[in-house]
Amino acid sequence: MRYPRARIWRRLPWTLIVFLMALWVPALGSRYDTFLGTQIAIDALFVVSLNLLLGTTGLVSFGHAAYFGIGAYACGVLMKTYGAPFILAFPAAGLAAAFFALIFGYFCVRLSQLYFAMLTLAFAQIVWAVCFKWNAVTGGDEGLPNIPYPNMDWLSSLPGLGDLSTADEFYLLTIALVALSLAALQHINRSPFGRMLTTIRDNPERAAFIGVNVRAYELAAFAVAGGFAGFAGALYGIFNRGAFADYVFWSKSAEVLIMAILGGINYFWGPPVGAFALVWLNQEITSYTQYWPFVLGVVLLVLLFAFPGGIVGGLVAGYERLRRWRWRHA
Amino acid sequence: MLDIRGLTKTFAGFVAVDSVSLRVETQQITAVIGPNGAGKSTFFNLITGHLRPDRGQVLLDGRDITGTPPHRICRMGIGRSFQRTNIFPRLSVFENVQAALLAHRGRGRDFWSRSDEFFRDEAADLLQSIGLGPQAAATAGTLSYGNQKQLELGIALASEPSVLLLDEPTAGMSASETRDAIRLLERIAAKRGLTLVFTEHDMEVVFGIAEKIAVLHQGRVLAEGTPAEVRRDPEVRRVYLGEHA
Amino acid sequence: MAASFLFSQFVGGLTTAMFLFLIASGLSLVFGVMRIVNFAHGTFYMLGAYLAWEAMRWFSPSAEAFWPAVLIAALGIAALGAVVERLLFRHLYGKEELYQLLFTYALVLILGDAAKFIWGTGQLSVARPPVLAASIHVLGADVPLYNLFIMLLGPAIALGGWLMLSRSGPGRMARAAAYDGEMLDALGADVGGIFTGMFVISSFLAGLSGALVTPIVSIVPGMDVEIIVQAFIVVVIGGLGSFWGTFWGSVIYGQVLSFGILIFPGFSLFSVFALMAAVLIVRPWGLFGRPLR
Repeated sequence: MRYPRARIWRRLPWTLIVFLMALWVPALGSRYDTFLGTQIAIDALFVVSLNLLLGTTGLVSFGHAAYFGIGAYACGVLMKTYGAPFILAFPAAGLAAAFFALIFGYFCVRLSQLYFAMLTLAFAQIVWAVCFKWNAVTGGDEGLPNIPYPNMDWLSSLPGLGDLSTADEFYLLTIALVALSLAALQHINRSPFGRMLTTIRDNPERAAFIGVNVRAYELAAFAVAGGFAGFAGALYGIFNRGAFADYVFWSKSAEVLIMAILGGINYFWGPPVGAFALVWLNQEITSYTQYWPFVLGVVLLVLLFAFPGGIVGGLVAGYERLRRWRWRHA
Repeated sequence: MLDIRGLTKTFAGFVAVDSVSLRVETQQITAVIGPNGAGKSTFFNLITGHLRPDRGQVLLDGRDITGTPPHRICRMGIGRSFQRTNIFPRLSVFENVQAALLAHRGRGRDFWSRSDEFFRDEAADLLQSIGLGPQAAATAGTLSYGNQKQLELGIALASEPSVLLLDEPTAGMSASETRDAIRLLERIAAKRGLTLVFTEHDMEVVFGIAEKIAVLHQGRVLAEGTPAEVRRDPEVRRVYLGEHA
Repeated sequence: MAASFLFSQFVGGLTTAMFLFLIASGLSLVFGVMRIVNFAHGTFYMLGAYLAWEAMRWFSPSAEAFWPAVLIAALGIAALGAVVERLLFRHLYGKEELYQLLFTYALVLILGDAAKFIWGTGQLSVARPPVLAASIHVLGADVPLYNLFIMLLGPAIALGGWLMLSRSGPGRMARAAAYDGEMLDALGADVGGIFTGMFVISSFLAGLSGALVTPIVSIVPGMDVEIIVQAFIVVVIGGLGSFWGTFWGSVIYGQVLSFGILIFPGFSLFSVFALMAAVLIVRPWGLFGRPLR
């Protein structure tokens, strides 16, 4: 019997390829391109962390921005208020986010689909309310501005990288960290643990009856997803020169959900494509008009009615149809 | 092997299962029959931990497993197939069985290896033995109903059960499909030394392979014994077998 | 604390509660029958307010035009609901719930910006109808007559809605559709029509409450988002799909908000979400709801 083999495009090391391509942006592009690139990379990590829940485990979270924000605040507070170095603050941010995800997730996974989603939202809004009001630590509604850049002198000492601006250096640091995180998430998806998660997505009842403790696995996925969202948030806080309460607001959770679905939740690279598309579209549209929400709403409608599989889903479906047509007419 | 004592379950005043007791001997083939609504599926759900009984006990080889959650029951060697086909529709046939093997062999917590490297031979062999070898790469959700039921059996077998509970294994099958399915079941049960408990509507199947039959009616055990004894039981004839006598 | 102060806080809480109930009732209705949380409900409410303002403008400065304006607004939004449901929403039935939710969110985005485009970003307001412009003095507190009207309208609608759902033929059909739409369809009932009907009624309630709130609250972009979050909390606490649940949920919410500010200044924001989380953890189907199938 021949074992089913993965198609060629699944076996290419896409993370490495994209990373190597992304390395050239500061050299070949403008400052604006580097700015966009940093934004896209951070959002890509944020949305792939969500997709560990959405596409892999079948859990719909309306409050994923909570962990993004916790990461931003944790890293920001540690670096600005306590002067901690980035190399400590960054992992701490991920751990803090994962910790809260573990606590909140414990209550959420006991609930069925709809109530799960609502409780994730409730917890996220509680986090928001705390961030919004706790002036002493989070700066309240003013937020935590002027988070310092990490010390990137060591980057300048690398060959060929001596002459870069701070923004460019941070861009390179960001894509390196994001690439590593994405590789880790992809590895997790392909591992036996990831396989157990997909059985939960496909059929939780059956999953239980092959020996999977559904709640425990969902909680683990929730914590891991939260942790990586925290990494994204930490980077964003530095990139955006501050941590603010609206990083945690439900509209941010909605935005990342839309990114995931726009790209296609059934493919690992779907959500990052969605992040790219949404950031690019946002920048283009807002330079012409203030009615970005209207455009986003229309895009969403087109997506839901015509391309429920997202951009990547639509491309794959189109490719499959082409293949079958050519096979039939060969 | 499987000792069920006085299992009772009530849903908001409606008694679905009323003090049902059953002894299943090792490697025996037992059928649980009864008209619709007699409580057969509820009975299975109580054994496999999907429902908690109000009263009663389930003992596996002397060990009390009453009310244990499903994922633990599965690990104790009780396998189950469901009335409506319950597979992983978006995974391939191969991955369905592979996932069951991964879970059963305790590999679920491994997040650093690649899942598709494990148990490839075992999965292939298992698929061959249930006749799904050629469909290994197909997406499970696209299979025909009969094939899906075969896959379900495969998934249940991957957990290396000692007892297999089958909820209407031939539901929706044609006569020839039923014969093939039953033959497959008998062959596998004999080869692996399985104890089989199944619910059925098809009397030909029941009287064909069951060594022991329990008849449920309105949640209570109406009669229990060998096929011949059950056939002769006047209560059973009156309530259920009627025109089949 | 002076009794009159406590009483006025209580009245304030009740007023908030009844306004919220008017809005949340529509949300609960749609969820109860169609199992969908309609985020666009708040936007319909906002559009009802804008429509009422617009209608008042047509009738020139006559303040007596308030009641017809309210009716026009409510009917207008009901019509909008019918169009949205028939043309768009029904193509998503049977698809994943997430997609249905995102559809309603898309409506929020589109209709919200449309309102901004038509009416601008400034604050608009509507005068109180002269018959209810005065206040009365109760227990040392000033209770505006208009607020009293709303406080009485709330229970009236709750009673009416409950009676309709539990006693009338169409109401019973609606509840049956919620329970097992497929079966009802097989029995020959027009389930699609029931869904449209429920959506239209819900939209009517949204438009009505938007129009009725205009004398008290200024009409401004963003009021849709503000209200939908609160309505959502109320419906969760009371129990999705339960009319009386929504009613009591609103009452509780109103009082928590009112007195929460006194006990934890600055934490009322936190306390309502904490209450929502607590309800979901302990009793997810709310005070009056029933566990989902």
